[in-house]
Amino acid sequence: MDDLSEFHDVFFDEATEHLDGMESLLLSIDVNAPDTEQLNPIFRAAHSIKGGAAMFGFQDITELTHEMETVFDRVRKGQMPLSKDLVDVFLISGDLLRAMLAVRKDDGDEVPQEDVTALCVRLRLFLEPEAVADEISVTVAAHQVKVSSSDAVQAASAAPPPSSLAKGKSSAAVPEATVKRRKTKKGVEKSLSAVAAEISTIAPADQVKVSGNEAVPSSLTSPSAVEEKNDFGLFVDPATLPANLPEAAAMRPGDIKIDELKGVTKAEATHSATDASSIRVSVQKVDQLINLVGELVITQAILAEAASRADPKLYQALSQLERNTRDLQESAMSIRMLPMSFVFGRFPRVVRDLADKLNKQVELKTEGEGTELDKGLIERIVDPLTHLVRNSLDHGIELPAVRQAAGKPAKGTITLRAFHRGGNVMVEVSDDGAGLNRERLLSRARERGASVSDSMSDQEVFQLIFEAGFSTAEKITDVSGRGVGMDVVRRNIREMGGNVEISSNLGAGTCISIRLPLTLAILDGMSVAVGKEVFIIPLTYIIESLRPTAADVKAVSGKGKVVRVRGEYLPLISLHEVFNLRPDAPEVHEGMVVILESEGRKTAMFVDALVGQHQVVIKSLERNFRRAQSVSGATIMGDGRVALILDVAELVGTTAGATAK
Amino acid sequence: MSQPLNPIPVNPSAAHAGRIANEFLTFRLGKEEYGIEILKVQEIRGYDAITRIANVPEFIKGVVNLRGIIVPIIDLRIKFNLGTVEYNQFTVVIILNVSGRVMGIVVDGVSDVITLAAEQVRPAPDFAADLDTEYIIGLGTVDERMLILMDIEALMCSAEIGLTGPDIH
Repeated sequence: MDDLSEFHDVFFDEATEHLDGMESLLLSIDVNAPDTEQLNPIFRAAHSIKGGAAMFGFQDITELTHEMETVFDRVRKGQMPLSKDLVDVFLISGDLLRAMLAVRKDDGDEVPQEDVTALCVRLRLFLEPEAVADEISVTVAAHQVKVSSSDAVQAASAAPPPSSLAKGKSSAAVPEATVKRRKTKKGVEKSLSAVAAEISTIAPADQVKVSGNEAVPSSLTSPSAVEEKNDFGLFVDPATLPANLPEAAAMRPGDIKIDELKGVTKAEATHSATDASSIRVSVQKVDQLINLVGELVITQAILAEAASRADPKLYQALSQLERNTRDLQESAMSIRMLPMSFVFGRFPRVVRDLADKLNKQVELKTEGEGTELDKGLIERIVDPLTHLVRNSLDHGIELPAVRQAAGKPAKGTITLRAFHRGGNVMVEVSDDGAGLNRERLLSRARERGASVSDSMSDQEVFQLIFEAGFSTAEKITDVSGRGVGMDVVRRNIREMGGNVEISSNLGAGTCISIRLPLTLAILDGMSVAVGKEVFIIPLTYIIESLRPTAADVKAVSGKGKVVRVRGEYLPLISLHEVFNLRPDAPEVHEGMVVILESEGRKTAMFVDALVGQHQVVIKSLERNFRRAQSVSGATIMGDGRVALILDVAELVGTTAGATAK
Repeated sequence: MSQPLNPIPVNPSAAHAGRIANEFLTFRLGKEEYGIEILKVQEIRGYDAITRIANVPEFIKGVVNLRGIIVPIIDLRIKFNLGTVEYNQFTVVIILNVSGRVMGIVVDGVSDVITLAAEQVRPAPDFAADLDTEYIIGLGTVDERMLILMDIEALMCSAEIGLTGPDIH
């Protein structure tokens, strides 16, 4: 648990953001004509919180959000109307979730499990009022109200309204009361009786008198509406109260109000104390800082150049400045960069818990944890990656018996891998599970009325799993199967400017590759000169560099050259030919040869000279321009000039293609 | 950004009145004088330290570093076949901000900023020129001078320039 604590804060921040977003949407939504654009984010918020909570083993949060999600799924699909009651219950659930989060942050009183259960029951009531009647009696019993649900129902139909409502209500009102944790037990009781009294006066007669099961939901769901009245209506505008409200009931709410006020002040005080530990800064501000520092370094270099011919004292001070600016630049950069281990570190727990739950045996392997990624990307890759891992586990990896029957080891493997390729950062989630079933995907798509054909390529068919609401899972679990995760995954990744590819073999496994753009990723590169231009070769591709003798270079069949390196003949690319430049070293033995390796293929690249090794910030060429051939990005050198970063994978690939012909 | 600061007095008879802002930056290309909406212009700078890009049309000179942003540079003189092209200390690059992209154009020289009322602008005749009339808002007259008012945004985003075009593959 301890090793995960550093990720807890991220989850708390995210969950709080989701809750805030959900609340503002709930508050702004038009109950009679809800907009799908508003419903979906609410649903996703619940879904995301659930995913995160499950990952950290926050059982009660998962439970509650699962119910919220189930209810809202119906609503957004139009299978169930949105109602004021529903919105209210959601808002209360949000409050309860906040309280649960506060407990996890060691900043609040324990949330009783009964409250969670009671709220879950209330949520379930929206779905199937009859089926949960039994559960209500359990909840009611938990609060030591000695009535069974049927008793309550009978009472509701027969007995005088106030008493029956007081009983019926106690199970539902408690969560609300304890959400506002500051109420004393006495206060709660008072509020209960006050609310109950009010119900008796404002609840329509027909609602109270209905007999049978229907009475249960109505008496259970109305308190939330009443509660609101209780909080505001009573004090703001007493005139709205029914005239025949008993005096006693009118007096009591005053106590509650005072209790609440105290509670609010306390809650706010503790809140502001904990929030000051970290600052969330917009990425734009950090970018601006990095750009400015970059400019500073360049200006400093120009100054140093000019001063070297002037006063030696000035020069000395400037070299001191140089060190400082370099340090500053490094610090500015380090704000943004984080190793992938930050993300991968979350997953062993997720996989273990989920595997236990699903009775599967799974081993998690991670590779390339050291690959550095921009912080903005790190933060945003977590959600999609979580979805992918959960999906792999749930749908990909089979049960041990099935695996053994298929001749595979009982224990499945999920591999998380991060690496640089072609200047992109690749993050892969692969499993050795069942793989994707093309036929099933196609038939599922047809059921949903999508236009598909048998002639679609595998890649196109696999991409179907990213469609909203698409799921081939037979039954919905709280792990996956609603078909919500994958469309969010693709959307999130596209928002980052990346893309997702799937390769899968039926029976052998699935590999989902996320390709992330270069923007602001940092690259270790070797700068090489050709003519007047400087290019950057990503260091990861370079094996060695050497100066061949004239005898080592051989022309092959009049076109194309090879160079012999320790007995091995490698195809030779001349960079000046690729970029149509005039080289300073026209012959290979006058320049340098850099041996590159990409995807297991070695190639020699002929350049004029090696300039040096740098850590460069990758700038997007595409932001204002378009993709250029053999170039994966650009960077700005110390002298302010732009240097292009070579797309080694593409360069090596083209020679391979050419030699194959 | 693209909203004119001062709304122009609209002359309903002017065919393109809706598209005309009232302030234009004028520059020379060869012997002709052109005008572009001032609000599309971000800044004006000299021509230096350009990095070539391979296998692009000749008029795309390459990219430069503009305070940490990589900005492509297009030489309109080459694009419009306007005689010999020289690069010296007087060569001027106009940095534009169009459609959310930053890009630079090389011109022979920047003249000034002028204000044109809507009635000073005439629709462009449909002549066969190197510059497609599609990208001409109209012709402006100031005293005895004639300005070709260019829809620089449409031009820079056109497939003809190909800056925003598909990948080269």
